Amino acid sequence: MSISATPLTPEVVSKDGNAMVLSMGPQHPSTHGVLQIMLEIEGENIVKAEPEIGYLHTGIEKNAENQFWSTAQTNVERMDYLAPSNNALCYALAVEKLLGITNDIPERASLIRVLNSELTRIASHCVWLGTGGIDLGALSVFFYTFDLRENILDMQEAAGGARMHPNYIRVGGVNGDLPDGYMDRLNAFIEKFPGRMRDLRALLQANPILQDRMIDVGIMTPEEAVQWNITGPSLRASGIAYDVRKAYPYCGFETYDFDVPTREEGDSYARFLVRLDEMEESHRIIKQVRDRLQKTHGPVAIDNAKVVAPPKETIALSMEALIHHFKIMTEGFRVPPGDVYQATESPRGELAYYIVSDGGNRPYRIRTRPPSMYNLQALKGMGPGNLIADLVVMIGSLDPVFGEVDR
Amino acid sequence: MEIGPGQFLLAKLDDVARWAQSSSVWPLTMGLACCAIEMMSVTSSEYDIARLGSEVFRASPRQADLMIVSGRVAQKMAPVVKRLYDQMADPKWVISMGACASSGGVFDNYAVVQGVDTIIPVDVYVPGCPPTPDGLLYAVNLIQQQIREGGRGGLLARA
Repeated sequence: MSISATPLTPEVVSKDGNAMVLSMGPQHPSTHGVLQIMLEIEGENIVKAEPEIGYLHTGIEKNAENQFWSTAQTNVERMDYLAPSNNALCYALAVEKLLGITNDIPERASLIRVLNSELTRIASHCVWLGTGGIDLGALSVFFYTFDLRENILDMQEAAGGARMHPNYIRVGGVNGDLPDGYMDRLNAFIEKFPGRMRDLRALLQANPILQDRMIDVGIMTPEEAVQWNITGPSLRASGIAYDVRKAYPYCGFETYDFDVPTREEGDSYARFLVRLDEMEESHRIIKQVRDRLQKTHGPVAIDNAKVVAPPKETIALSMEALIHHFKIMTEGFRVPPGDVYQATESPRGELAYYIVSDGGNRPYRIRTRPPSMYNLQALKGMGPGNLIADLVVMIGSLDPVFGEVDR
Repeated sequence: MEIGPGQFLLAKLDDVARWAQSSSVWPLTMGLACCAIEMMSVTSSEYDIARLGSEVFRASPRQADLMIVSGRVAQKMAPVVKRLYDQMADPKWVISMGACASSGGVFDNYAVVQGVDTIIPVDVYVPGCPPTPDGLLYAVNLIQQQIREGGRGGLLARA
């Protein structure tokens, strides 16, 4: 198969006066992926901004329909690739709700899930902060944040076997207990984090260049934010304290002591500060999880051989275990017919899955509510009246991930 | 080795040129999906691709020698990737990073190009989903090796 290069449309066309149409992206260092924005500009001023999405359409939802419930999870992890564990968690919770086993999940499994979801949140915000810094010309931030992120990826690799898509959170619990030496790494990370945050704040927060670029750029009023269905840090920066972890708790988030940081201004700087505060709140939660993990022992997956395969070492000893292992590995588990909506708080906002089952061993339909997609539409309203350079800041402050926008 | 007064080195101009060329392979800033994050990790202090002279990610294809196809290539993105490749000046090299770029990976469906080598010539494939940064560093090493051995990259190598 050969595909010839076709010119992008529309070409740069001069219209009445000085207005012209400019295509920004899909290959552009500051669009954080493959976003194309059709800009109508007058000089440096934006008259109209139209985001064009779909350059990373992967057909993940359709693909998942042809896979077992368990293997579909590896697909959905690749949607929001900055926060794979949050996707896996939301999917697992939704399927568990359909199976009716939500209350049977062992305590230790829930703790590990919370730990992973919060670690991933910090890792995701690290990428946002690093790339957002590069957009503004602050290159050194990237090295500080990616160093922090590297520690988290090492922990994920130790627990799940892969750096970025560990597939560690599974339906029915997590895939094996935390490995030896994990807690030492976690402690080292918890120790290191506050100092690194102090450095980052010293580097950025009071930086006059950064403030000039961010303050009063891309203002979103609370009304607009609600109308556009914005969630996550972008919504909280407009003064609405909506957090799924507080509003509809899952995995026992109601038992943790943490705040929902909000700001009133609704500009890019407010979104920047909310995310920084959020990283510190995640750190607070991680500390509490660590203390509980040291006290809580026991299984990390439910004891239900119809959903979770029995441990490999038992298959040589028990005929039942062998049969169950074989069944789960070859045809997966079956989920009763029905539909379910499950929302979680991902680093970008309300991530939710609406899943329909027809009673088979494959999902009938998986519909994602990707927070990035809804957050991205704000760009259309924010862009006009600003400079092109401001648009870069706005995209950065909304933190879209195109894996989940286009799916 | 120190060169004292009155001493000099002899080398073939070709070898010197290839040595210089292989030590300054500048990649194109083109992030597609998950692998793009690992491509960024490669520039971080932990992996430090600057040791190989490839830390200068160029935003313009005209200034880049190496295209790292980092992630799944959607049907909509394929013409753009092809066009970017065509815009790069010869000699040029391509690394297909990860399972999706190499073969479509797990996404064997209507939306994903089943391997970027169906639209542009690929010099090095890196397996993994996503590959580790070490894997990408090794791929850049292999590209450097190809250059030192006189490889011309891309279509020229196949001419």
